[in-house]
Amino acid sequence: MMSVQVWTYIIVGITFALYIGIAIWSRAGSTKDFYVAGGGVSPLANGMATAADWMSAASFISMAGIISFTGYDGSVYLMGWTGGYVLLALLLAPYLRKFGKFTVPDFIGDRYYSNTARIVAVVCALLVSFTYVAGQMRGVGVVFSRFLEVDINTGVIIGMIIVLFYAVLGGMKGITYTQVAQYCVLIFAFMVPAIFISIQMTGNPIPQLGMGDTLNDGSGVYLLEKLNGLSTELGFNEYTEGSKDRIDIFAITLALMVGTAGLPHVIVRFFTVKKVKDARKSAGLALLLIAILYTTAPAVAVFARVNLIETVSDKPYDGMPEWFKNWEKTGLLTFDDKNSDGKVQYVADAQINELEVDPDIMVLANPEIANLPAWVIALVAAGCLAAALSTAAGLLLVISASVSHDLIKKIFMPTISDKGELLAARLSAVVAVCVAGYFGVNPPGFVAAVVALAFGLAAASLFPAIILGIFYKRMNKEGAISGMIVGISLMLFYMAKFKLGWLGETPPASEWWFGISPEGFGSVAMVVNFMVSLTVCRFTAAPPQEVQEIVENIRIPSGVSTPSVSH
Amino acid sequence: MDQNISAQKYWKINLKYLSILLFIWFTCSFGLGVFFVEELNNFKISGFPLGFWFAQQGSIYIFVILIFTYVFLMNRLDKRFGFED
Repeated sequence: MMSVQVWTYIIVGITFALYIGIAIWSRAGSTKDFYVAGGGVSPLANGMATAADWMSAASFISMAGIISFTGYDGSVYLMGWTGGYVLLALLLAPYLRKFGKFTVPDFIGDRYYSNTARIVAVVCALLVSFTYVAGQMRGVGVVFSRFLEVDINTGVIIGMIIVLFYAVLGGMKGITYTQVAQYCVLIFAFMVPAIFISIQMTGNPIPQLGMGDTLNDGSGVYLLEKLNGLSTELGFNEYTEGSKDRIDIFAITLALMVGTAGLPHVIVRFFTVKKVKDARKSAGLALLLIAILYTTAPAVAVFARVNLIETVSDKPYDGMPEWFKNWEKTGLLTFDDKNSDGKVQYVADAQINELEVDPDIMVLANPEIANLPAWVIALVAAGCLAAALSTAAGLLLVISASVSHDLIKKIFMPTISDKGELLAARLSAVVAVCVAGYFGVNPPGFVAAVVALAFGLAAASLFPAIILGIFYKRMNKEGAISGMIVGISLMLFYMAKFKLGWLGETPPASEWWFGISPEGFGSVAMVVNFMVSLTVCRFTAAPPQEVQEIVENIRIPSGVSTPSVSH
Repeated sequence: MDQNISAQKYWKINLKYLSILLFIWFTCSFGLGVFFVEELNNFKISGFPLGFWFAQQGSIYIFVILIFTYVFLMNRLDKRFGFED
C-alpha cells in the first residue's frame, strides 16, 4: 500500500507536468494570442476553460464545507454562483463578443468615448481581481502544507512559479488550454469521492439523488431527515431550514449573481470564441459543466456533515481516527476537552462545545473521514490545486491585460508596437504574480473577508455600466462614470464600516442598512449605481451619433470582426 | 426588408425573449428558492423538502435549461432575419 503522500506526489506531479507541457505547446506569438487566444477557441473548449476559470479554490474546497455547516443558508452560494451565468449568457456575452475587443475596460472606454471611463473601469477591474487572486494563492498553500508537508509559504511559491510559467509564456492561449485540462482534473477529483460516499451511505451512485435518498442501513430513514434529527439533537438549526433573514438571503444571492456577470476574468473568456453564436453556446456549456460540481457540492455537504457528526460526537478522544489527528496538526481542527471527560462534545452551544472545525477542511478531509483509498485523497489534492491555479491564472491575465493594454497601449503609449505591448503584457503578468504571491505569503487579515466582497464590488461598478451600454442607447459618459464611481465608493464604504472595521469599531448586525449584510450590499450599491447613472444621463448631453451606431451594431450578431491587432 | 427596420424588429423580439426567460429565472431562484421556501418545504419529493430542493438543486437545473432555450431561440431568430455570422 502506498501512502497518501506518495500518491499525492505522483498525481500532482503528473498534472503539473501536463499543464506545463500544454503551456509550451500553446505559447502566444502576438498580443491577440496573449489577450484572447487568437479569437478562435471552440465553444466546448471555451466552456471548459470558463468553468475551470470560474471554479476556484472557494468553489472546490470552501463551498461544500460552508454549506455543510450552514445547511439551507449555504444555498446563496449555489444559486448566486450559477444564476449569474443566465445574466451573462442573455445580457452580456453575445454583445460583448460582437463588440470584439480585448478587455472589459476596452468596452467601457470605447462605448463611453472617454479615457476617464476607461481608467475608472481599469481601477474597478484591478480592485476586483486582486482581492480575488490573493485567496487563490492561499488555497494553493493550504493544500501543499497538508498533503505534501511543505511549509505553506513554500507551497505558495511553488504555485507562483507554475502559474508564472504558463501565464507569462502562453497568455490567454496557454491559459485556455491548460484550463481545459484543469477542468477535467478538478471535476474528476470532485466527483470520484462524492460517488464513492454516496454509494456508501445511500446505495445510490448519483450524489444529487443520493442526498435525497434513504440510508443504506435498511432503516428506511431519509438521509436528510436523519441529518435534521442529528442537528436538532445537538442544538443546531434543522439542516434544511434557514436561520438568516429572507431579505439578506435575497440580497446576497443577487449580489453574487450580478457580481459573477460583472467579473472581468469571466467576461473576457467570451472574447475568445469565433462568433456571437458561439458566445451564447459556450456560456450554456460553461454553466452545464459548472452545474455538475455545483449540484454535487450540496450532496457532499450532507454526506460530510452526517459522517462528521457520527464519527466524533460523544466518542472518546483517544479513539479518534488518524485524519482527526492529522488535521489537528494544521490547526484547522481543534479539540478542547472542557469538561475533561475524554470525549468529544460537538454541540451548538459555544460554552460546552469542544470541537472547532474550519469549514475549509470538509472537502479535503471527506475522503479520509469516509475511509476511501489513498489515491482518492491524493486526487482531491490535485483537483484543488487545479481549481486554484486555473482561477489564479485567469485573474492574472485580466490584471496584466488591464495594465498593458488599457493603460499602457490605450492611454500612455498609443504608439507602442505589437511586440512592445506583448512584452509589457508579460512583464505586468510577472509583477502581478509577485504581488499575488506576496499576499498569499503575508495575507492581510482582511483577505478572506474580502474575497466574498469582490462580487459586491463587481456588481456595484462594472455590471450596470456594461448593461446600460448595451441596452440603453442614450446612456452617456457622464452617467456611466458617475454611476461607477458612486457605486464602488458606496460598496467600499459599507465594507470598510461594517466588515473591516476601518472606520472605528465594526457596528453590530442590528445596525446594517435594511438588514443587509456587507456580502449582500453589492445589490444595493448596484441599484444606486443604476439610479445615479440614469439621473445624471438625463441632465447631460446624449452620446455622439457614431457611438449610438456602435450600440445598434452590437445588437445584431452578423458581421463579427475578430479583434484586429492595430486599432 | 430594410436593414434598419429588420434590425429593430429583431431587437424587439430579442427583448421579448429576454423578459420571459429572466422572469422565469427570477421566479425559480428568488421566488421558489428564497421567498416561498418555507411554504414549499411542506411538500416533499423523495427525501427532499421541496423549497430546499429548489434552492440547492432545482434552480441550477433550470438555469442551464434557460440558457440553452435562449441559444435555441436566438439561433432560430438569427436565421429568420439572416443575421447569422
